[in-house]
Amino acid sequence: MTMPHDAPTAAELVEAVREWLERDVMPGAKPVNGFHARVASNVLAIVEREIELGPAQAERHRRRLDVLGMSDDAELAAAIRAGDLDGRLAEVRSLVWDSVRDKLLVANPRYLDRDED
Amino acid sequence: MAAATESSVHDEVVGVVRDSLGARSVAELVRLTGGASRETWTCVVDGLRVVVQRQRPGAERDMSVEASVLRAAHAAGVPVPEVLAYTEHDPDEGNDEGGATLVTRHVAGETIARKILRDDTYAAARGTLAAELGRALARVHRIRADQVSGLVEIDPTIAYRERLDEIGEPHPAFELASQWLHEHRPSAPTSVGVVHGDYRLGNVIVDADGLQAVIDWELAHLGDPMEDLGWLCVPAWRFGSRLPAAGVGTREQLFAAYGEESGVVVDPEVVRWWEVSGILRWGMICVAQAHTHTSGVVRSHELAAIGRRVCENEHDLFLALDGRWTT
Repeated sequence: MTMPHDAPTAAELVEAVREWLERDVMPGAKPVNGFHARVASNVLAIVEREIELGPAQAERHRRRLDVLGMSDDAELAAAIRAGDLDGRLAEVRSLVWDSVRDKLLVANPRYLDRDED
Repeated sequence: MAAATESSVHDEVVGVVRDSLGARSVAELVRLTGGASRETWTCVVDGLRVVVQRQRPGAERDMSVEASVLRAAHAAGVPVPEVLAYTEHDPDEGNDEGGATLVTRHVAGETIARKILRDDTYAAARGTLAAELGRALARVHRIRADQVSGLVEIDPTIAYRERLDEIGEPHPAFELASQWLHEHRPSAPTSVGVVHGDYRLGNVIVDADGLQAVIDWELAHLGDPMEDLGWLCVPAWRFGSRLPAAGVGTREQLFAAYGEESGVVVDPEVVRWWEVSGILRWGMICVAQAHTHTSGVVRSHELAAIGRRVCENEHDLFLALDGRWTT
């Protein structure tokens, strides 16, 4: 993907705002603002990871849907509910869990360390 | 109607508290939380600290049910804030615009889960909290359904799935889990009882000595009592702890204490079914909360961020169901 934009990149701009929140806003903020600033810095970190990992994840997601003959998640969800994929549920579960792991890699990578108890 | 000023609201709360308790003095009135349909205040009435909840008319949940269930829970030996007064206001008598007021005794202690799980103050309490939660829950389930008016039978999994369909956001993982829940539903519960509906850290008051009160009964309903045990083990309510029961104990500790107090032998697989149902329910609530932002009802980056936590619930579903899929 070639963009006409000058430096910094979108990811670098988001990173700069997140660093400002963490460096100048969060220390010494009142508790309620501190909480909302922490939420904001987490949100910006998600956007940074999505910018970095998103294109490769989109390709992987397209391949998973192609394996199942589905155009998108809406069609897949409807097909599961209708029972159209009942003959290959083990495969469907494995592919859907892979998508969930990709979502976590962006939203909260540390959550992937959680084990079954 | 002209917008009420802060001081007129203040005077009104003092008036309502004085009238409903026949109090001589009302002091130190402070608002704790405010919302569209309900606000919570605290004050000292004739030397006794109380909590005042005010509900505006037309609110989704009827506070009279909560007052009724709190009284029944107190009678059944559940540690709860004692109800001192419940008043419904007649809109024709100049009391604001109607609504209702619930006054309970104030119970001192901590409700914030992360503090209960991490602060040194609660280290000793944490050691026995899973068993205390099990025993208190057994007492909740001792409340006779006919002692509480207005409770309805709810299957939360179905209720939230309808809401998800309204929002129209596809979640293949939720469909797979819904299918499993449908196919593995436990045979009819041995009893339909009073279910707290949101029994977990955050909705209990704990101090250094342990459990002091069970609060937040807004989601109480009739159903399978095992729902509360399953909900208490949902990973989101461990707040980062590795211990499955409320983040403070093992399932075995919880079930043993519940069994001792109730005489019910807990079937862990039935509770596991309700845990999976609870993970799905919480996931759907997260979707709905993010939708509250995206639809413009309440613009908030905090609500928006909750949308990206849905995949945590999906991952929890796959972890819980790994080895339990049978088709």
